[in-house]
Amino acid sequence: MMNFLLVAVGGFFGAILRAVISKRLNHTYRFVHFGTFAVNMLGSFTLGFLVNMHLHTTANLILCIGFLGAFTTFSTFKLESLTLVHAKQWKQFLLYSILTYSVGLSFAFAGFWVAKIYLT
Amino acid sequence: MPMFLIGIGGAIGAVLRYSISLFLITNETAAFPFATVAVNLVGCFLLGLLSSGFEQKITANPNYLSALKTGLIGSFTTFSTFSVEVIQLLQHHSYLFAILYIFISAIFGFLFVALGMKAGRSLWERKEPV
Repeated sequence: MMNFLLVAVGGFFGAILRAVISKRLNHTYRFVHFGTFAVNMLGSFTLGFLVNMHLHTTANLILCIGFLGAFTTFSTFKLESLTLVHAKQWKQFLLYSILTYSVGLSFAFAGFWVAKIYLT
Repeated sequence: MPMFLIGIGGAIGAVLRYSISLFLITNETAAFPFATVAVNLVGCFLLGLLSSGFEQKITANPNYLSALKTGLIGSFTTFSTFSVEVIQLLQHHSYLFAILYIFISAIFGFLFVALGMKAGRSLWERKEPV
């Protein structure tokens, strides 16, 4: 029961922070969904870092599963991609999809790597 | 107030995701991450459904809608777990699973949003007298 509460607390703040950042950054830099992109990249890096830090269970539930799980989003990314297809903005669609997967995976890897350096 | 509602949605979404992962996660290392695939695809379908135009007939209050879409479904699905799990699969030399995981998420995630939208539209149109 305690575990669910910890995940809920993390999820509460993760969702709010995502909403604030998306609202501020979407539609800037001629990159329509820059806000969603930014939270997903930042979250991937941080989760990669924290997973390799081997946190205590409590911190793992609040930060990794609750906060970062909620801070990043997959469904919004896909909905926004579909909207770009519907609007026939092929260039934006390709850029958004390719950048999210390639930079997201690279950032997660970089997080692992930074934690490894930090621990040694 | 709208931010507080998004937070409540986010808390529920995260707890639902965690509950599903408890059922579907195995202790096997480098196992295929079915739990994340399941929540992400279900979330994509539901977000499509709630973005089909049909949702405005359910509630006129935009705050409740963003609590559901940005809060609940946004937190239910996750990108950070996906990217970290891909790296973990690569580190365990499960290259086939890693590629399959990216491919399934990319293609089916997209299809499930489109399917959700289609389902939402046909559900609503059926209720409308012609």
